[in-house]
Amino acid sequence: MTNGEIRTSDGELLSVKLKKVESRKRTGALILVLPLLLFIIITYIFPIIQMLQRSVDNTQMNDLLNNTYQVIQNWDGSDFPPEEVVKTFYNDLKYLSENKLHGKIAVRLNYEKGGFSSLIKKTVRKLDSFDTNGNYLQQFKEIHKRWADQEYWLALKRATVPYHGRKYLASFDFKQDFDGSIVRIEEKKRINVTLWLRTIYVALGVTLCCLILAYPIAHLLSVLPTRYSNLLMICVLLPFWTSLLVRTSSWMVLLQTQGVLNDFLVFLGIVADENRLELMYNMTGTFIAMTQILLPFMVLPLYSVMKTISPSLMRAATSMGATPFHAFRKIYFPLTYAGISAGSILVFVLAIGYYITPALVGGAKGTLISNRIAYHMQSTLDWSYATAMATILLVGVLVVYYVYNRVVGIDNMRLG
Amino acid sequence: MALAKYTETRYRIWHYSYLVICASVFFFLIAPLFVIVPLSFNAEQYIHFSSGMMALDPDAFSLRWYEDMIYGTKNPWGIAVKNSFYFAFFATVGATTLGTIAALGLSSRYMPYKSLIMSILISPMIIPLIISGSAIFFSLAKVGLASSFIGVVIAHIILGTPFVVITVTATLSGFDDSITRAASSLGSTPTNTFFKITLPLITPGIISGALFAFVTSFDEIVVILFVAGGDRSLTTIPLQMWTGLREQLSPTIMAVATCLIVLSTLILIVTELLRRRSERIRGISAQ
Repeated sequence: MTNGEIRTSDGELLSVKLKKVESRKRTGALILVLPLLLFIIITYIFPIIQMLQRSVDNTQMNDLLNNTYQVIQNWDGSDFPPEEVVKTFYNDLKYLSENKLHGKIAVRLNYEKGGFSSLIKKTVRKLDSFDTNGNYLQQFKEIHKRWADQEYWLALKRATVPYHGRKYLASFDFKQDFDGSIVRIEEKKRINVTLWLRTIYVALGVTLCCLILAYPIAHLLSVLPTRYSNLLMICVLLPFWTSLLVRTSSWMVLLQTQGVLNDFLVFLGIVADENRLELMYNMTGTFIAMTQILLPFMVLPLYSVMKTISPSLMRAATSMGATPFHAFRKIYFPLTYAGISAGSILVFVLAIGYYITPALVGGAKGTLISNRIAYHMQSTLDWSYATAMATILLVGVLVVYYVYNRVVGIDNMRLG
Repeated sequence: MALAKYTETRYRIWHYSYLVICASVFFFLIAPLFVIVPLSFNAEQYIHFSSGMMALDPDAFSLRWYEDMIYGTKNPWGIAVKNSFYFAFFATVGATTLGTIAALGLSSRYMPYKSLIMSILISPMIIPLIISGSAIFFSLAKVGLASSFIGVVIAHIILGTPFVVITVTATLSGFDDSITRAASSLGSTPTNTFFKITLPLITPGIISGALFAFVTSFDEIVVILFVAGGDRSLTTIPLQMWTGLREQLSPTIMAVATCLIVLSTLILIVTELLRRRSERIRGISAQ
């Protein structure tokens, strides 16, 4: 014990020893977490980042038109491309058609400018009759009159850039015009903005409805004696544990024009048989079904918070002269903020990415942004379009997730 | 909940309307599920309550859709059931093992970057399934595992782990460290302490996490839509229902749905028993 330093029995400084033990424990904890962390990063996080790169990636196109890609950068986009560029393009195209790869660029160029696909196909058929000594641009123009339209050459230039944010513009119904300015697309083609707004509207609306519906029953569950509350809890937990598809199909049974709800209303005479309500394949259907399906996710966090609020607080407030409503507003309601925020954020995050229920119940008028992403993923195969929208959705969700973490803390997340 | 005798009329009215509101919300939650059950016993091909059913005529009810579900040739429910249980079993084992081990590390007081790591581990639960599905599909396709048994299991393990991590860390957060210290002071080795003391205490949490992982896999539809591709041999119950629902709402689907409701009731009972056991073990008496 010199200089007031404390040593352990084996003569080491206590502070040093303590640090050693702590670092060993830290390593131990890390080693336990490592397998799952690596698994998630390799099989999940990394693939997501890689997929999101597809939204700006243009290498596939540039690999196919590699030589054109090199030289077209020299053309400033005024008038028509110089002879050198046209010649390189001709050689690239000839190579592609010999290897039967021109179909790929035709599809890609068609996104850029309508009519490009057929133009490429017609051009490819006449490539052999080209005079390799003559004026290339002139010969292109003779093959098809569209080559005399400068816009097609500009589209070619736009399609061969290293990276592009075009799909992000398209996700919000904008496009880059031929002169490079950003403009909105034709009015009848504007569908994405509608879908984004609808998705946000549905997610917010469902969250609000869930909150309004969940609040009273969570309160009732928290104040009833355990015997009764356990019984009523079944009403919340049984849907929670039941397959999403079962719940969606039950809503389909209920909401169809010839469905149970309409039958019942007709039976009661509220609705005439010939004008049954259109409850499905529109927003109404999506909204009702999603509210019921997500309701347990609101009830459970609210309940767990309300359970901790002592009833004596309200009694104290009323005994001091507050009316029950005033006591509720001033005492009880503020104490449930944690539950409200936890439940609301959970429901909102789940609702904003909903796919199955809108696809089955929503029809054309009730689909959400996830359905659009799936459509581009599976039907049009325009993956960069799909991934651009996915990125935007992901950023939105991550922002909410971050807020959730700040407000509630992931550590405090409880299930069931 | 009984009202005091001196309660004013307007509060009395408010109280009863509150109870009515609660009752209707409970009805809204539970009733849609039970619409399916009687319809699955319908003798007719249409999905509505026939007049015979309303009159409780025995001839209006039949088990033909259950027969169709088991012996029918049109829908391969047999393969779907087998696959669903296989996938769910392996996914549960994988997710529970990985998740529990990680949760043990995460609950340590010395765990660095806890919040960051937790956010990464939970992300499969937060990120919209459509994004997860396509990302997992692309990466599996790259290594040649798309449309394969292992591919689906890997995808389901990814989706199941967050639930295990959350439930087990929640159980561990209420864990009293002095118990293990007591064991050590009495001469128990760390391994022995873990298997004899820690593990039995957190078992309810692990089982409930495993149940979550099981249900997540068993009920999963979006990711498998991508990963299974069009491979009919990888079909599962949700995938089969999805295909069926997109074509036509058939009574056979109602029969399958009824079976799934029975299954979820069983799961509910198990979780309730677990909860009670866990409370008893920890000495928290039921209020």
